[in-house]
Amino acid sequence: MSFSRRDFIKASAAGIAIGTFPGLAFASSELIKKKGLRVVVVGGGFGGATAAKYIRKWGNNKIEVVLIERNPVFISCPMSNTVLGGSRTIEDLTLSYNVLKKKYGIKLIKGEVTAIDPDNQTVMLAKGHIQYDRLIVSPGVDFMYDGIEGLNAKVADASIPHAWKAGAQTVKLRKQLVAMPDGGVFAISIPKGPYRCPPGPYERACQVAYYLKNNKPKSKVLILDANPDITSKKGLFMAAWNELYPGMVEYRPNSMVTGVNAATRTAKTEFEDVKADVLNVIPPMRSGVVADMAGLATVDARWCGVNFLTYESKAHRNIHVIGDAVSAALPKSGHMATSQAKIAAAAIIEMLQGERPDQNPTIANTCYSVVSDKEAMHVANVYRYNAEKQAMVSAEGGGVSASRSELEGAFAGYWLKNILNDVLL
Amino acid sequence: MIPYRKLLVVIAGFLLFTSAHAEVDKHARGLAASCSACHGTDGMSEGGMPELAGLDRMLFIKSMKDFKSGARPATVMHQHAKGYTDEEFELLADFFAAQKRH
Repeated sequence: MSFSRRDFIKASAAGIAIGTFPGLAFASSELIKKKGLRVVVVGGGFGGATAAKYIRKWGNNKIEVVLIERNPVFISCPMSNTVLGGSRTIEDLTLSYNVLKKKYGIKLIKGEVTAIDPDNQTVMLAKGHIQYDRLIVSPGVDFMYDGIEGLNAKVADASIPHAWKAGAQTVKLRKQLVAMPDGGVFAISIPKGPYRCPPGPYERACQVAYYLKNNKPKSKVLILDANPDITSKKGLFMAAWNELYPGMVEYRPNSMVTGVNAATRTAKTEFEDVKADVLNVIPPMRSGVVADMAGLATVDARWCGVNFLTYESKAHRNIHVIGDAVSAALPKSGHMATSQAKIAAAAIIEMLQGERPDQNPTIANTCYSVVSDKEAMHVANVYRYNAEKQAMVSAEGGGVSASRSELEGAFAGYWLKNILNDVLL
Repeated sequence: MIPYRKLLVVIAGFLLFTSAHAEVDKHARGLAASCSACHGTDGMSEGGMPELAGLDRMLFIKSMKDFKSGARPATVMHQHAKGYTDEEFELLADFFAAQKRH
């Protein structure tokens, strides 16, 4: 093809529609012929899968929904730290998209988006293109390696996994842990916020400590936190470390990792070199790079600004962004992504009818952290739309558990069961 | 996109959706949406947390008011209940009472 993708985007910007450029029309086939109203969803995670399902459900199956996802199956990142601890396997967290296809009639395209044309309302993949009336981009996060010398996506896959997207890297990290000698050091590096799942890294430290206490009790967990303090459930995590794993977990704030040596598993901070037996560097994050294909990352070129009544992008009215990618004073959590997805779905259905979306969206968010095989604790908060600030703000009364407990551990398991059911079944 | 095409989309949407589905209070449905993570889709619990689908509306309202006041102990529901108004309890109660397990 002599006409490159960059040329196409320039041509589109100049206002040339796909159909009038015969060379491109020949090269790019319409993957699913558009007949009626259609919403395309990019990303089949907690946000995208929920948005796809709820547009079908609340729209009475009248709006066609096309879901584009590159992974063949859904794997839950929430609770994936228990794979490291040993109380779950990655298979326990893996679900198919089949019910979304069969029960809700969602058209699933397995593939990666290569370009987005907002003017012609078209999404491009390697194998063709798909047109939309409304587009939902739920791209999750991607990792910024440029501030960490010696680390990139390849090195992460090979030997220094972040395991911050559940799947192969989670399994790899668990294997590294199991292969570690007794008396070894598991070092975890936490990036400066905002990042996906604020309590996640501290929960991971607990799960690793749980495994080590029961299998390699002379070992240590070292937390290098770039933040000045524990970013979530501080008192509860410190109590868990001190009471469940005394002497095993060391927490160092203001310790940003700026380089790694993959061969020696050494992390370099501003003040020291730290050698570990297992090195889990979680890099700083930004919205998934698909967002850049339509200029959606309007905040610090990193996160996506949206209208909180509809999740419409500040960059393009017909494109909505949900989930971790959204710039907001809201936790980047799976539960939050599902709630934003439902607000966006309802708003899109209303707007496609020329009706006004709900002017008062309200979200209740509950987040469980599992600190051993049995015990957990939570943080819970309600968020409401504030018309003056045009943002979601925290409501009265939110808070954390009085203490961790087995009862909350049980609730955490039921939370997982219910939310996965709500997203995929 | 020219305004004419936008108008066609709106008309198509309106014609498709004008139906008997106006019974659902969409605002109440929206309020209830985030409860699914723990209580199941439309309050149909898959275990652990209580089922809300079909729950007697007076019982729902009393429970939420008691969580809010602290009269009923809870691990998490008091924190959620405090974030809603009594009027919202009524809307939620009506919504869940109307859900049938299916």
